[in-house]
Amino acid sequence: MTMVRIPPVLRAQAGDSKQVEAAGDTVGALLEDLVGRHPGLREQLLDDDGGLHRFVNVYLNGQDVRYMDGLATAVREADTLIILPAMAGGA
Amino acid sequence: MRASPVREVTPAQAQEMIEDGARLLDTREPHEWRAGHLAGATLLPPAELPARIADVAPQPEQPVVIYCASGVRSLRAAFQMASLGYQDVVSVAGGIIRWKAEGRPVEIPSNTPAVASNPRYARHLVMPEVGPDGQARLQQARVLFIGAGGLGSPALLYLAAAGVGTLGIVDFDVVDLSNLQRQVVHADDRIGMKKTESAARTINALNPETKVVQHQEMLTQENVDRLIADYELVVDGTDTFETRYTLNDAAVRAGIPVVHASVFRFEGQLSVFVPFEGPCYRCLYPTPPPPELAPGCSVAGVLGVVPGVMGLLQATEAIKLILGIGDPLVGRLLIWDALDGSFSEVKLRRDPSCPACGEGALGAGAKHQPATELASA
Repeated sequence: MTMVRIPPVLRAQAGDSKQVEAAGDTVGALLEDLVGRHPGLREQLLDDDGGLHRFVNVYLNGQDVRYMDGLATAVREADTLIILPAMAGGA
Repeated sequence: MRASPVREVTPAQAQEMIEDGARLLDTREPHEWRAGHLAGATLLPPAELPARIADVAPQPEQPVVIYCASGVRSLRAAFQMASLGYQDVVSVAGGIIRWKAEGRPVEIPSNTPAVASNPRYARHLVMPEVGPDGQARLQQARVLFIGAGGLGSPALLYLAAAGVGTLGIVDFDVVDLSNLQRQVVHADDRIGMKKTESAARTINALNPETKVVQHQEMLTQENVDRLIADYELVVDGTDTFETRYTLNDAAVRAGIPVVHASVFRFEGQLSVFVPFEGPCYRCLYPTPPPPELAPGCSVAGVLGVVPGVMGLLQATEAIKLILGIGDPLVGRLLIWDALDGSFSEVKLRRDPSCPACGEGALGAGAKHQPATELASA
């Protein structure tokens, strides 16, 4: 299982958890497993074709997966995935 | 009989003493100094003389030449110094007015040298990374704030305190009671007042040397180029995606860095977008999320200190950029989680296909679609 950090804006859809675990050998498989466990996240993260929304960035150990192999990027159990949707609040 | 330690001399005699190594003091006010002063002089306004003379002229036996505008204040200061043990103090009769009338040279400060001896900035001046040159650089700096709200409040206060010479504020709003949980540049007795005006009052009370330019309008596609043109740096404290994209695209066009932050509940994010050196906001997020997936702070709430901390980090990045010190957060996004008490960082990259700063955007007709149109496309 790999640790996935859930941003504050999405926590309500992930059981109010800050971090959850998900399984998968690739970023795509891992996200599919994640939205399987927390169905409310699907619409927030993935488009109808299963691709990542353009207003959501995913970082594997601090690196944007779009500049790696995208959803095909390999994931190991010790890795940390950060999900970061655009945030506009200036308070 | 021992000669009096105080004499009045002509400008010619004074010039000779200066050339022979006498210490030269200007006992006028900073605004007079800025209009021109003698080369090599140190500014020491009358009110500061008792407290600072020992630092400015540490050797009482060294001859001192002191002048003011016409010779009155400097003669008084000379007697004051004699009473403090200075052995040879001469006041220039007729002051700098006569000096100039005789065609002798004066220096017009290219920056504001007053800052180099201004006790207000003493803690900056002793650090080599700032020092007199850095302080003068801060004094010349022009920083534009988009929003005098939760992020802008602390950043405005600290940049004013730091001695930034010009702070522009774009805000069309008025102070509301619900702002005061975090917008510390405003005050309870200013509810209903324009935020630009309220912020200007607080800033002037903190540091009257900072000039505040009030832009009482909403940032739009139509006015953004005009608003940012006079500034070297923008601090983004807006609260909608639309204004963030409008600002980003204009800042990229104008080549002006933007210090970006956003907050949500207990969390904040920060980055510095330097056009073409690092990614811009659109490289990070080419399109905004649909509104239902991105609630703002008015709906979701925010802990008051979170914009306080993020605003101060923005002020810190702004000062680093102005002074050219440290490693600004270019190409890096800092995430602060207040509840965890933890900072984390992710790496941001320039997107070659970015509609604002990518390869395709640099050519002629690089007009960018407003964010809302892209979102619905």
